[in-house]
Amino acid sequence: MGSATTNLPQVQPPGNKVKKERYFGSPIRIIKRLRREWPLHLLMVPAFIVTLIFSYGPMYGLIMAFQDFNPAASFANSPWVGLENFRWLFSQPAFIRTIPNTLFISISKIVLMTLASIIFSLMLNEVRVSFCKRFFQTIVYIPHFISWVILAGVMQTLLASDGVVNQFIISLGGDRVAFLTDPSIFPWTMIWSDVWKGFGFGTVVYLATITSIDPEIYESAVIDGASKFRQIWSITLPLMGPIIVLMATLAMGNVLNAGFDQIYNLYSPVVYSTGDIIDTYLFRIGLEGGRFAVGMAVGLMRSVVSMILMSLSLFFAYRVANYRLF
Amino acid sequence: MHFRTRGEKIFNVFNYIFMVLVCLTCALPIIHILAVSFSSPAYIAGARVTFWPMGFTLEPYLFAFRGGRFMTAFWVSVERVFWGVGINMFLMVTVAYPLAKSTQEFSARNYYMAFFAITMIFGGGLIPFFILISDIGWLDTIWSLVVPGGLPVFSMVILMNFIRALPKELEEAAMLDGAGHFRCLALVLLPVLKPALATVALFAFLHHWNEWLLGMIFMNNPANFPLQTYLQTLLTNFGALMRQGGPELQQIIARLNERAGRSAQLFLGMVPILLVYPFLQKYFTKGLVIGSVKG
Repeated sequence: MGSATTNLPQVQPPGNKVKKERYFGSPIRIIKRLRREWPLHLLMVPAFIVTLIFSYGPMYGLIMAFQDFNPAASFANSPWVGLENFRWLFSQPAFIRTIPNTLFISISKIVLMTLASIIFSLMLNEVRVSFCKRFFQTIVYIPHFISWVILAGVMQTLLASDGVVNQFIISLGGDRVAFLTDPSIFPWTMIWSDVWKGFGFGTVVYLATITSIDPEIYESAVIDGASKFRQIWSITLPLMGPIIVLMATLAMGNVLNAGFDQIYNLYSPVVYSTGDIIDTYLFRIGLEGGRFAVGMAVGLMRSVVSMILMSLSLFFAYRVANYRLF
Repeated sequence: MHFRTRGEKIFNVFNYIFMVLVCLTCALPIIHILAVSFSSPAYIAGARVTFWPMGFTLEPYLFAFRGGRFMTAFWVSVERVFWGVGINMFLMVTVAYPLAKSTQEFSARNYYMAFFAITMIFGGGLIPFFILISDIGWLDTIWSLVVPGGLPVFSMVILMNFIRALPKELEEAAMLDGAGHFRCLALVLLPVLKPALATVALFAFLHHWNEWLLGMIFMNNPANFPLQTYLQTLLTNFGALMRQGGPELQQIIARLNERAGRSAQLFLGMVPILLVYPFLQKYFTKGLVIGSVKG
């Protein structure tokens, strides 16, 4: 459940296609190639074994979703029950509600995070004193590097009913807000605190794009009498367009990831109705509750759907922006 | 610079004010935790501490260093970072080098790449992973935390792009002088890759320092919890943990506020991150940009 959104887009020049060599040629060619390339194969061995065991190994466990799994009996001896685990899941309102909860929280996060990062990078770009610019960057990046466990502790302290945030609200004449225990507010607490943690680092990509824009374009716009606002609207934003589309597309591939680390550490049974997401449900039922097979059924569906979403988003990213991860 | 209109000047002032406000929202929560951790119980109970310690005291920190399991968990995390980053670096380098070759130089390159890339898109999930680790007998060992994620594919791709961006002549010259792949990698490439290696090492450090879930799943004995997992248990029951302190600590505990004790330990958990932060700034962002642009 790590976040993998920090890679910058890579735009490859088209053309230069290399003639493809067939891998499985005649045995003699294979031996010839092996003689030349064996050191490279040897280098791959440790990582290959680790990945095979620990990344591909668990995929085998997915068959458990179709069994009435019994830890004492293990895979081989557990009876097959077909789709029984799935049928049970979809009869559970507690599971059904995690789907809209997940989508609402994660889509709101993506939209608000993108907007906040773009706006902040545009404003940061207007700071011309380079010392100040670096200083501001340094400060806003910090939360990104701190774990949600620690930040959850910070949030609990800040947002408690007698915490500083509520004291501030009261001093302004408002009413206490139950940020973490009111089901109608909890999702927004998650969304905004995630934006708070990530928007600063989200600017890295956008700032890199803005600084790569040719200054001559702005100079000629100034000569034509374009105001600052006009320059941003008609030059900077259109030139950032492809990157914004690309980042949003890649984020959509991760849409089932509504932030397990954050929500697990901040939610409580009072807010399950709006705050329980697929990942926290899976964890509670499957691991804490010991219902491995049911948890596995959730996990299988989640893995398949997110694989489809990620493949689609990588495909569109390639078609739209010529983005290639590998 | 060019001339400025009045509107631009006004915008500039507002822009700076906005920046300062945003920075305050990012920094103040952490400053608040720090202030609480140094404050006396009476002030905390009265909710009077904001961003400056009230009734300065070091007891929450004394408690963290001397009592409870904070230090045990801290050393588990140090050990985890040592093994974890070491294994990550070894596997990333050994994989990134062959994968940076073209298919002419390494004909199986694309097959290996697909093999690793698939793991980024599809996974078995937590439960089969847990069953696998317990079948191997790695529950309650440090290996369960450092070996399974041994190859961070994403960082490896960054490193691979770094290697590709290097001039081809570098390697060709070494090869002409009779160096094989191993010597070429160890003596020619690694020295020029230092900034790239620093970048991915920082990624690995951050991951191993901040990760808490695996520690919670794989460790049955709380004495084996890494720091973040231990801090996670603080979120719900710091009071219970405090009462576990031995008799020699009861004096401190009697004078300790729960919120202060917890804040002190949360802050200590951030310290290593803040210590490497200057390097993060230098390598992380720059390395990210260079590493991602293919040469």
